[in-house]
Amino acid sequence: MITRWLVRRLARTVDDRLRIAPVVRRALVKVFPDHWSFMLGELALYSFVVLVLTGVFLTLFFEPSTAETTYTGAYEALDGSRTSAAYASTVRLSFDVRAGLLMRQTHHWSALLFVAAIVLHLLRIFFTGAFRKPREINWLIGVTMLALALFNGFTGYSIPDDLLSGTGLRILYSVTQSVPLVGEWLVFLAFGGEFPAAETVPRMFVAHVLLVPAVLTALIAAHLGILVRQKHSQFPGPGRTENNVVGSRFWPGYTARTLALFAWVFAVTFALGGLVQINPVWIYGPFDPAQASSPAQPDWYVAWGDGALRLLPAADFRVFGHLVPSPFLPGAVLGGVAFAGLYLWPFLERWRGGDGLSHQLLDPPRRHPARLGFGVAVLAFFVVLLVAAADDIIAKVLRVPVLDVLSILRVLALVLPVPAGVVGYLLARALLRGGGRGIGDVTRRDVRSVRRLATVGSRGDVEEESSTEGGPSTEQPRSTGAATGPAAGDGGPRIELWRERDGTWRWRYRADEVTLTGNQGYLSRPEAERAADTAYGNLPMLEVEPPGGRAAVVAGAVERAGRAAGRVGGSLALLVLAYRRRRRDRRR
Amino acid sequence: MNRSQPEPRDGSAPTSPSRHDGDVGEVGKGPTSPRRAAASPPAETLRRERAASRVVAAAFAVSALGAAGFATVYATGGQTQLEGLSLAVAFAGIALGLGVWARRLLPGGGHVEEHEPFDSPPAEVRLTADELTGTESPLRRRGLVAALGLAVGALGAAALFPLRSLLPFDRERPVHALRTTPWAPGVRLVRADGTPVRPADVPAETVLTVFPEGHRDRGDVPAFAVRLDPARFTAPPPGGDLDGIVVYSLLCTHAGCPVALYLKGTARVLCPCHQSNFDLLAAARPIAGPAGRALPGLPITVDADGYLTATGDFTAPPGPGFWSLK
Repeated sequence: MITRWLVRRLARTVDDRLRIAPVVRRALVKVFPDHWSFMLGELALYSFVVLVLTGVFLTLFFEPSTAETTYTGAYEALDGSRTSAAYASTVRLSFDVRAGLLMRQTHHWSALLFVAAIVLHLLRIFFTGAFRKPREINWLIGVTMLALALFNGFTGYSIPDDLLSGTGLRILYSVTQSVPLVGEWLVFLAFGGEFPAAETVPRMFVAHVLLVPAVLTALIAAHLGILVRQKHSQFPGPGRTENNVVGSRFWPGYTARTLALFAWVFAVTFALGGLVQINPVWIYGPFDPAQASSPAQPDWYVAWGDGALRLLPAADFRVFGHLVPSPFLPGAVLGGVAFAGLYLWPFLERWRGGDGLSHQLLDPPRRHPARLGFGVAVLAFFVVLLVAAADDIIAKVLRVPVLDVLSILRVLALVLPVPAGVVGYLLARALLRGGGRGIGDVTRRDVRSVRRLATVGSRGDVEEESSTEGGPSTEQPRSTGAATGPAAGDGGPRIELWRERDGTWRWRYRADEVTLTGNQGYLSRPEAERAADTAYGNLPMLEVEPPGGRAAVVAGAVERAGRAAGRVGGSLALLVLAYRRRRRDRRR
Repeated sequence: MNRSQPEPRDGSAPTSPSRHDGDVGEVGKGPTSPRRAAASPPAETLRRERAASRVVAAAFAVSALGAAGFATVYATGGQTQLEGLSLAVAFAGIALGLGVWARRLLPGGGHVEEHEPFDSPPAEVRLTADELTGTESPLRRRGLVAALGLAVGALGAAALFPLRSLLPFDRERPVHALRTTPWAPGVRLVRADGTPVRPADVPAETVLTVFPEGHRDRGDVPAFAVRLDPARFTAPPPGGDLDGIVVYSLLCTHAGCPVALYLKGTARVLCPCHQSNFDLLAAARPIAGPAGRALPGLPITVDADGYLTATGDFTAPPGPGFWSLK
């Protein structure tokens, strides 16, 4: 039990100086919801950690300069060739720095994972309405982090100054240049001159390794700080109300789980980084404005932009004799509109019929058919754009002319969102009516009944719904509790209070289907009562005997180890005592 | 010790009414949850726990092996695949061990924390507002606040000026730089390796990338020369032709990628980035894809030494469009 002694000793030392025990205790017992979708944000967080760690390693070897140099090293195909320092150092750190390629590829893979996790997290937040009051600030921060992640991904794969990324950079330059009125100055200031300017790579490097990561770190801190302050939202369920959070306590269960996820992220990204080649710049060759690689696809998270550039037909137009070039609409406007929409969504939704109240219970996606339908439609649109970025590959694989692929995708981009959105909307309504748990439970009757699109109020025949839906079930404990009264010993929802042997007070919520224990011990009975009251309103409260036995099983293994250690320690102590007594005896 | 672990740990009170009444086994999420296990006989539970502990210990041992493997691979010269694999094993071992530990040996779920509503007491709100805007508050002197706003605003505007340094002052101004290239009368066309080009060197079956002599590295200069049959022209080339030799800017007018793919026979060039097609027989007009303007041509002649030479700049600014493009 040396660890226990050490931990207690350390905790005491820290507490003597910071008086932090109450804060730490509250942090340790913080309740995290158990639903898997709450891990998506953590997935993003942990891939960010991988990014920072591998990125620091790469920074030590990368040379952010387009000055011409000669590569000499282990990669024979380029040995002795004149390239930019950025490109040469990238090849060098891939082939001549031991473990460099592993770090570089892991960095790239975790960047892909990072953005993917952010997007999935955003979709979860969107479809469940978690962005509603009071979480608008965290939504805004999250959308900002998505934009920064896209930007940093782009700068990251552009700085090696290879042919593929140079082409991407050229496209970004053209898009920036296409902005009306200010585009020319904007692009010259940002890139440091006419493409390709020597200033560009060093600037992107500073943004990539310093500015954006610093801002991201600050925003992550704010994101998590607000999360802790506001506590988690949760899906509706038995015993869950607008005034509580049901799940696992941070210590110890959730700690182990989240650390496991942390390690999984490392395991998967390092496995990919070691085994699956990504962005082989030595094959693409150094950048040259007179050359392009074909086919050329960007990383997936900017591919929607590239797809849009491919899909939109020639759309140059003139305003007062000035030219607005075609990249402006798909390149600048689409991205601008997308992010403006994301930023504004919580406020748009509140304006169009939201209730403006604080929500701690999430909507199951079906609860808001219009939101679901709209989200699915937008998603379908962007998926088509993403696919369009690979139109040349599709054409090659299917052996059809690329322009035909382009035409089909154009039609799809315009048409597909409509049926996708309608299906999403109708499915949500059908689920809402049928009350099934998932899409598999939708019956034909549900779908048919949706077509009548009757008023939402006519749900009399669907009694089952109330058990799976948020609103009714959360109301249930309060109403039934009040009806049966404090005398209701069994069945009705109630709060049970008890005094532990050490004098602390604890409580738990009990109903037919669920027993939920309050997350912490309280020093006095009123404190415990207040917490239970906050969580469940006026439920009958009764004092009970402390429920025992639960910890016995959990502690069994620990206990055995402890007893063993105790025996060893005890015999050691006896030995020491005996030894000292003998010495004392001898001195006498 | 008792304070942190209040429940009696040996289950010494099996007759306590709350023990079976508690029936906390119903709380857990799944059959593997320890609290579910509490309902099963202790012997069975102990066996399961021991099995789980063994799995956890084994996973951590595998992890240590993976780490040792990584160190070995690294120390013996390094090999990317093995490095990645061993590190992945090291992390996966920890992940698996912690995961099983969390699922089998630690309590999960079944807790509830109160979530107090997010409105401060009205009195608190009023007092805070009073502190902010009360009699002593500087915000009451509106004139001074306005003056401060002016000062800060001016400072903010002044602070924007150094942004101009992002474009070095010795560079050309954007619009001029975008409009012009080093192509000028008398500038020879050279290949990528710097050798000048004779009319006979221009191929008919493919395109030859050319640059202005001495300006190989500029981004806006690349051009290509190709020999076509003048009889097939449906529109006169903007830069004219020299016995069928035409020279166009290599940069796509859409997003600036080099239109490096030549589809011989049809005399079209294709941009690999966004699939814009240009018809070289029709003055390089865009015929498909997102490009909206024709490729600018380069007027050429043959100089006294018999080499191809430009007689001026491109017939239009090369590459993607911009606001001031006429």
